[in-house]
Amino acid sequence: MANITREEIIHIAKLAMLNLSEQEIEHYTKDMQEILAYAEMINQIDTSDTDETIGATEQKNKFRKDEVMEFKTREDLLQNAPSQDEGMFQIPKVIN
Amino acid sequence: MELYELTVHELIDKLEKGETTSEEITKSYFDRIKEKDGQVKAYVSTMEEQAIAKAKQIDSDRKAGKKLSKFAGIPIGIKDNMCITGTCTTCSSKMLENFVAPYDAMVIEKLNAEDMIYLGKMNMDEFAMGSSTENSAFFPTHNPWDLSRVPGGSSGGSAAAVASDMAPWTLGSDTGGSIRQPASLCGVVGLKPTYGMVSRFGLVAFASSLDQIGPITKDVTDSALLLNLIAGHDERDTTSIETPKKDYTKSLINDVKGMKIGVPKEYLGEGTSAEVKEAMFKVIKKYQELGATVEECSLDIGQYASAVYYILACAEASSNLGRFDGIRYGYRTENCENLKDIYKNSRSEGFGAEVKRRIILGTYVLSSGYYDAYYKKAQKVRTIIKKAYNELFEKYDLLLTPVSPTTAFKMSEKLSDPLQMYLADICTVPVNIGGLPGMSIPCDVDSEGLPIGFQLIAKPFAEETIFRAAYTYEQNTNFREEHRPTFKGGEQ
Repeated sequence: MANITREEIIHIAKLAMLNLSEQEIEHYTKDMQEILAYAEMINQIDTSDTDETIGATEQKNKFRKDEVMEFKTREDLLQNAPSQDEGMFQIPKVIN
Repeated sequence: MELYELTVHELIDKLEKGETTSEEITKSYFDRIKEKDGQVKAYVSTMEEQAIAKAKQIDSDRKAGKKLSKFAGIPIGIKDNMCITGTCTTCSSKMLENFVAPYDAMVIEKLNAEDMIYLGKMNMDEFAMGSSTENSAFFPTHNPWDLSRVPGGSSGGSAAAVASDMAPWTLGSDTGGSIRQPASLCGVVGLKPTYGMVSRFGLVAFASSLDQIGPITKDVTDSALLLNLIAGHDERDTTSIETPKKDYTKSLINDVKGMKIGVPKEYLGEGTSAEVKEAMFKVIKKYQELGATVEECSLDIGQYASAVYYILACAEASSNLGRFDGIRYGYRTENCENLKDIYKNSRSEGFGAEVKRRIILGTYVLSSGYYDAYYKKAQKVRTIIKKAYNELFEKYDLLLTPVSPTTAFKMSEKLSDPLQMYLADICTVPVNIGGLPGMSIPCDVDSEGLPIGFQLIAKPFAEETIFRAAYTYEQNTNFREEHRPTFKGGEQ
């Protein structure tokens, strides 16, 4: 069983910007132990001469011209903002 | 026969002969939705008013002799992770419950160009994460063949609606089997095209190197028709590939003589139920009778695909879902005093349990100290899996496997055991790892009357070979004539 601890789950949740309840910490610790124990089977494979896959296809970088395009529906975009003011996204005061 | 029972190519025939109208067709579907969706719950939202208005418009244009696409006035259902301007795109998540799309997905632009009609948005596992559609934040979808069972997932609403005649066809998305597995569990045809064939622009991202949009249809002909419409290069998706435009209906040829089909023995082992295995042997025999060469082969590395998949898909998901911050769009917590509270509380309250599980797993495998052991290692194994497929496709035109190791399972059966739920995709995830096309074709039912599907897999951009073999099978068998959903197992 993968050796992932409850402290690690708390740390990972912090990195992922998630609050977890005590119960969630307990559940996810157990789930991660099981899932990672399963996933560790990949270590049975010798990959010493193998490169990583970069993308799903062999396609290389694709470039387009760096052109300014005007997005005409600013109101449509802002309509999804939970809070807005004068055409800007509004958030609570950050600096006291 | 009711209009809603017909395939799309049959509906088009009727429209062309003037035997029906778009309004009649569209109304027939909404009547059917009212009759059945209370039990099946395939739709997150319906668009009846707009749909009927559009149908009337098209009928009057057609009557006036205006030049229209043959698909004009044909209805379709769209998985609720694709954007249609001005309508909610929820991903079946509380996070996007009120999100109104400000633009169209590329696939929607393509369907709009044909004047097609949207019936509504289809239920799914939240952010396409799941194999049962039980992870929808709104309600689970039920399998029309047995309402006490799951329809599969994550495109469970899309598959259940087609199976129960509540839509003539739908679009789904497939990251690890999310089109093919529900198609198999619901007895319909599901195609995951080659990665890069259909633009992901306007599809809410789950795992970007694996996600692909595809058709869920009643038969193989409709699948070819719908792929014709949605395939094509789009510079707004940098992984979209420029390929010559093809007409896939040209591949609907009833002949597999000389075709070489490999059957990887690993997918007919212990993990696969006896009835599914038996159904596969019948399909193999049928193809042999029809003149194909079918041989056992080996994809030994395939057993590692699920492990690779859950590492890579969750890593990509944890990164893609970082954008949900409660500021620009999506759910925002009431409970915040500062910026960090907005991020943390909005995400914690807005995401469901499975989404959080995958974000945690993905963040873990990408975190300092574990990146090499999990993420980088999985990317290397991905290379080996792709190579193994390449070698098989030097020898075979197609590979044949089950789609799902079992038929539809009972609701809540796997919900408390994430690993078991993940392994429901064991036959489909390798195809996404390889970026290959794969199709689920219904072939039989088990002793409880639940559908079984088989999967045909081809090398990248060889959809034509899949269509030809699938069409030949369909023309020489009678699944749709012999088996229809019964809607049994509902609460009395």
